[in-house]
This record gives sequence, structure tokens and C-alpha cells, in this order.
Amino acid sequence: MRHLIAFWEDLNISARIGLGIVVFFATCAIFAPWLAPYGESEIVGDVWEPLGGEFMFGTDQIGRDLLSRLIFGARNTMALAIVSTTVSFTMGAVLGFIAATRGGMTDQVLSRVVDVVISIPTLIASLIVLSAVGTATPTLVLVIGIIYAMPVYRIARAVAMDIEVMDYVEAARLRGEGLWWLMTREILPNALTPLAAEFGLRFCFVFLLIASLSFLGMGLQPPLADWGAMVRGNADGIAWGFMHPLLPAACIAALTIGINLLIDRWVHKASGLRDDQ
Amino acid sequence: MSEKLLEVKDLLIEADIDGEWKPIVNHLSMTLERGEVLGLIGESGAGKSTFGLTALGYAKPGCRIVSGSILLDGDELVGKSDAELRKVRGNKVAYVAQSAAASFNPAHTLAEQFAESPVQHGNITMAEAQKRSVELFRQLDLPDPEHIGERYPHQVSGGQLQRAMTAMALGSDPDIIVFDEPTTALDVTTQIEVLGAIKEAVKARNVAAIYISHDLAVVAQMADRIMVMRYGDLIEEGDAREMLANPREPYTQELLNVRAQRGGRYDHGKEELQLKIENVTARYPGTRIDVLTNINVEVVKGKTVAVVGESGSGKSTLARVITGLLPPSQGSVKFHDRLLTPDLRSRPKEDLQRIQMIYQMADVAMNPRHKIKDIIGRPVEFYLGMKGEQREQRVLELLRQIEIPEEYAERYPAQLSGGEKQRICIARALAAEPELIICDEVTSALDQLVAEGILDLLLNLQKELHVSYLFITHDLATVKAIADEIVVMYQGAVVEQGTKAEILSPPYPPYTELLLSSVPEMDPDWLDDLVARRKRGEAPTAESISS
Repeated sequence: MRHLIAFWEDLNISARIGLGIVVFFATCAIFAPWLAPYGESEIVGDVWEPLGGEFMFGTDQIGRDLLSRLIFGARNTMALAIVSTTVSFTMGAVLGFIAATRGGMTDQVLSRVVDVVISIPTLIASLIVLSAVGTATPTLVLVIGIIYAMPVYRIARAVAMDIEVMDYVEAARLRGEGLWWLMTREILPNALTPLAAEFGLRFCFVFLLIASLSFLGMGLQPPLADWGAMVRGNADGIAWGFMHPLLPAACIAALTIGINLLIDRWVHKASGLRDDQ
Repeated sequence: MSEKLLEVKDLLIEADIDGEWKPIVNHLSMTLERGEVLGLIGESGAGKSTFGLTALGYAKPGCRIVSGSILLDGDELVGKSDAELRKVRGNKVAYVAQSAAASFNPAHTLAEQFAESPVQHGNITMAEAQKRSVELFRQLDLPDPEHIGERYPHQVSGGQLQRAMTAMALGSDPDIIVFDEPTTALDVTTQIEVLGAIKEAVKARNVAAIYISHDLAVVAQMADRIMVMRYGDLIEEGDAREMLANPREPYTQELLNVRAQRGGRYDHGKEELQLKIENVTARYPGTRIDVLTNINVEVVKGKTVAVVGESGSGKSTLARVITGLLPPSQGSVKFHDRLLTPDLRSRPKEDLQRIQMIYQMADVAMNPRHKIKDIIGRPVEFYLGMKGEQREQRVLELLRQIEIPEEYAERYPAQLSGGEKQRICIARALAAEPELIICDEVTSALDQLVAEGILDLLLNLQKELHVSYLFITHDLATVKAIADEIVVMYQGAVVEQGTKAEILSPPYPPYTELLLSSVPEMDPDWLDDLVARRKRGEAPTAESISS
């Protein structure tokens, strides 16, 4: 409890706003089935019913309740983003640590492979791969995970290299400790803070990528609710003067900004920059 | 104009420690006359730097001046705005930092940086500054004073850089210079040149100086008056010669006696050869210069071999070769007549167990996220296979052996003091039950009194456990205290080797003589004598040796 209070007091006003936004959306995501008034794909009314009135945010292009879709969308997209980020982090961090600890040829080979993959623009790469292998959810997780493992690799490797030159790592080496011990017991505990801050940042990017893919039709498939797909689905309504596509777009923006505000503060702390008087 | 140049009265400085403001300078006062040199002595944490810097009206980040007054030539510094203080700093009061390398901007030449202060304070023009820089570089005995200003900081040596920084401080003709441990980071032989140059320049210009250091012998050479500080309090104050001859307080006496030699080495009977380094030559991979050439060293069981040398002599590299971190290009390392594989990774656990290492900086030698009981417990489990209750008991035993209370087992390294951390590192080495311990400058980063404690502990452990030490150091006083055999290294080669009696009694081999003569002594006249003798050619210098 003390840690939570200390954490809260540490944040400045913008980070607190960010935290508020994130907690709000996270609650929606976790308690979706209980919060949403209607089902995810339930058709409840006429097409594009206006905001206010019987349905708080109106209905979408087939007549499903927009509010419920937004709530379920939070759940689907955030869940997918968390899983993908976790996958990318595990892969990137493990490879990064191995490269830093082994050095030499291992480092060279891994780094060059990563350089090649990183140089391909993310969205285009994912579109190409997904159109080839299909957009089943596990595939989506894997593709996004691999693509985002690359920048994580770079950061994990840099952090690990900083730690690796410390005398205590050398002392462990001299003892005869193996690679696994060095990585998990010596390096990892000291790398957690910068990596955790990085996790938050990556989550943002992954989230936006999923929304973009869904907007282009390559992400989560209907009838799953997804904010990007909802923007696309409701897009035609703009021509008629309907505000419906703006709502999921606003949600995407809000969550991204919220995470950024929160992470900004954390990254600042983790990087060790001093707040001089 | 007031008589006293600097008058500090009843100064209270507090620091923000863990959210609380605690006093680090406790209502201290000092006075400084024109042309006087005041020495501030104390161990780390005494508050001497904090106190000395108040002459500049400066409080370090995280500190604040709570009360008291600082009168510089009658002018009150406390309460002045930053803009007003800037007019004083660099102009009337100058500062020479501990690390010249960190204080110079690598992107500008020495002359440019010299000119910064005087030109900015509006005293002289750029051209005049250039001329003055040559004059001061000459006064501080820098080589080629006409052209050395054109060089960049990385193109001159550490000792030269420190003198250049002193020249910079003298550039604006200040009334006071604050020297903050200026020679602590330098080798003992370089230190002499810098000290001599500083002393001469300061005397010639009648500049007042505050000399901050933890080394009493060095301060004895430079200061007219000395103030001894401890934990923010004044312990003793007085004339330098007086104090050295008759220290009144027990703490001052302790500091003075720190270089007492230990007598009577314990005799272990028959000699058993443990470590044999034969004809070892080594170089770092991918380079073309040998960092070690033809090294031959032997370590006998239960004895201490001290490897002495200055920075760059190759002594730490030798440790890396022995432990297998740097495979030699020629030669071999044998333990009990069995060849040790050159690369650490191919050595069996038993070989790794027998040779342990203790590092210089205990802060980075221990993983900050591991508890003490895990730091000591891991080798116990890894080498001896003890687990659970047995392992815990062994850890407590080791803590007792290093004289650390049992409760510390649950702590993290950051919660220990410097000396305590080093003791834990010693326990970690002992946990493996080794036969040879390599001590790589283990006392160099510690205060003198704390270092004494560590050396005492190491000697006691040797008596009890018959463990041998390969003691790497640059400090001859430590060597005198602890060594049985001495190996003197210079630029990657062994220049002198023998028992302590052979090396440390006259006639001295040339490099040893240079090293020995460079160690400061408590006699205030020592520095002047040495500089005079060197000028007359009666004492060796670095140049005379290499010819």
C-alpha cells in the first residue's frame, strides 16, 4: 500500500491524468460483460441512430449499440495489445540479453538480422505478412510480437551491456556461473526499471498498430469489436453528417495520450535524469 | 578593507538525506588571511568539501546554507543572488576540482578555456589572456608553455591537465583558490610535480588558498594552518607544524599514526609453492602492443606477494591473466604445478574455486539487487553444495569472521558503509574456501582509518586460514604493512622483485627509489626538500629513470 501511495505522490499532474485515463479504460476492458448494456454483436436498433436518446452513443452501421461495442472494443484491442507486447518483450529481451552476454559472433549475427527486420516499415511489413498468412488472432499476436521484438532487442541489449561491464557480473563469471544465471539473476533484476518503462511505450505503439491494421481490414475480424474496425465501418456515415466514426477514433486518441502521459514520467525517472533545482 | 580576507561565522549547512534535512556542517567558523594556505582535512563524509566550497558561496545540489555568514573581504555572500555570486566566482575566488579530466571541455583547447574566466569577467582581452596563459603555464612548469595552450585536453597527461586547471584558476588573479583534492586521482610520482608547481605558484602570487584533502601528509606540505573535520564538526585547528608535532585530539593522532608499520610476520614453516606465473606475455585481442612482457612471479602458500606499480603498469592486467579473463599470448600460469587453462571458460570448477578475487570498488562489485546473505551464500552453494539450513549457518559463520553483525544478512549493499561493503566482498571470497585471494587495490577507495581495519582483517584471516594473497596496489605504505614479497611493475614489465627486506632497504633499485621518494611524509618540509634535491640531481625523477 505504501508503495502505491509513494507511486502516486511521485507523479506530476499530467502523469496523474494519464493514469486516470488508463485506469478508466482498463476497468472498461476488464468488466466489459457487466458494464455493456447490450451484447457485442447484438442488433438492437435501426442503422445509425443518433447519439443521445435510447442508445447513449447511438448505433453503428448495422444497428448494434455503439456504447457496448466501444466497451468490448476496449477489451479486445487492449487484450490483444498486451499479449502482443508481452510476446515481443519476452522475445526481444531474451535475445538482447543473450547478445549482450555472449558478445562476439552471436551478437553480430543477431544484431544484423534485427537491423534488417527493423529497416522494413512496420505497417507495410505487417500488411504483407498478414495478407500472406491470414489474420487469425494467434497469427496476429505472433506477427506483431516478432515485429516489435526488434526495437525491444536493441534497448534490452543496450541496457544489458551497461550492466554487463559491472564488476559484479565479472565476479559471477569468475565464479563459473553459466549464461542463464548471468542473464536472469545478475542482469535482469537491474534491468527491470528501464525495461518496464519501455513496456509501456511499446504498448502504445502496438495498440496503434492494431487499430491501424483493423482500420485497413487486416486486424481483428468482424464480428469482434475493435476501435479501428469501428472507425472504418462507420466511416461512410460522415458523408451523411453522422458523428459515429469519431467516437472510436476519440477513444484511440484518448488511450494513447493517456499512456504516453503516464509513461513519460516513468521513462524520465528510469533514465536517471536529475530534476535539477 | 578588512584585515581578514575570508571570514566564515557559525555556518550551518543541511543536506536533504532521504527526505529529511540533516546538518552536515555544524556551526563552523573559519578565517583566512591574505596569502595564507588553510588545509581542511577529514575522511569522506566529514563535510570538508561542502565547507570549503562556501568560500565561493556555493552549496552542492541537495544542500542548503541555513544560517551563518560568509564575509569575503567584508562582502556578505549568504543571501546573494546567483547573478551577484557569478561576479565573485572565477574572479575573486577560483576553484580547482579533483578530476581535471572531467572539468575540461574536450571540444576546446587549453588556452581557450583558460581565457574563459578572465575575459568574461571583463578583466582583460583575448589577446592579453593568451599572453597571460603562456606566463602561467611556464610558472606551473608545464612543458613547452608557448604552444601547450593550443592542445586539447586529451592531448596532455593527467598531471599536466591538473596544472593547467590551476593555471586557469590563477588566470583571473583571484584572491582565494579552493583546491578540492587536486592530486587524489594522480599517481604518486605525478603528484609530486603537481604539488610542487602549485605551492610555488601560490606563494609567488600571494594568493590565499583552501586545500581540501583526506591525505594528511599531502596537506602538511601545502598548508600554513590546518582544520581537522569529522561528521560536520571541527575536531582540531591550529598551525600546521604545531599540529603535526603535537596533535592534541585523539582523532588527529589516529590520522597521523595511520602509516605505522606492522612488525613480526607469522612464519608458516616449510614453503609450498602455490602459484607460478612463467614468462607470461599478453596483449588485448586485436591490438599490437604487449601489455605484459615476460612476467615471472611465484606465490608461496600463506604468504603475501604485493604487486606494486602506477597506473598503466599492468598489475591489474596480470590479475586478469591469472583468473583467465585474458589468455596470455605466451607463457603459462600453474597452480600447484598443474597448468591452468588460459581461458576461464574451460577451467573446471575446482580451479575456479581455488583462486578468488576482491575488487577495488565494493559498490560495483556486488549486485545491488541481491541481499547480503545471497551474495555470500551463492559461492557457498555453488562450490560446496550446501543448501538450506546448512548454507544459512555457514553464511552467519562467515559474517562473524569478518566482524559484521548477523542482522546485516537481510540487508542490501546500498545500506552498508564503504568499509562494511568491502568486508562482505572479503567474506564472499572466503566463502569459496580458496587457497589464493587476489586483492585488486582493495583499500584504495577507502578512507585511511577504514583501510587500516580492512588490512588488519586480511592479516588476521591469513594467520587463521593460511590463505595466500596477491596484493595489487599502488600505495607503498600498504605494501610496507602487509607484504612478504614485492614485485614492482613498470609499463608491463617486472622491474624489481624480491623479499620485502631486499626491496625496501637501501641501496634501492632506481624505480623503487623513485616510488619511495615520492610518497609524502608527515614532515612539512618534505616537499620543498625533495623538489630542491631533484633540481640538484640528488634524487631521481621520471625522466632520469627512463634515460
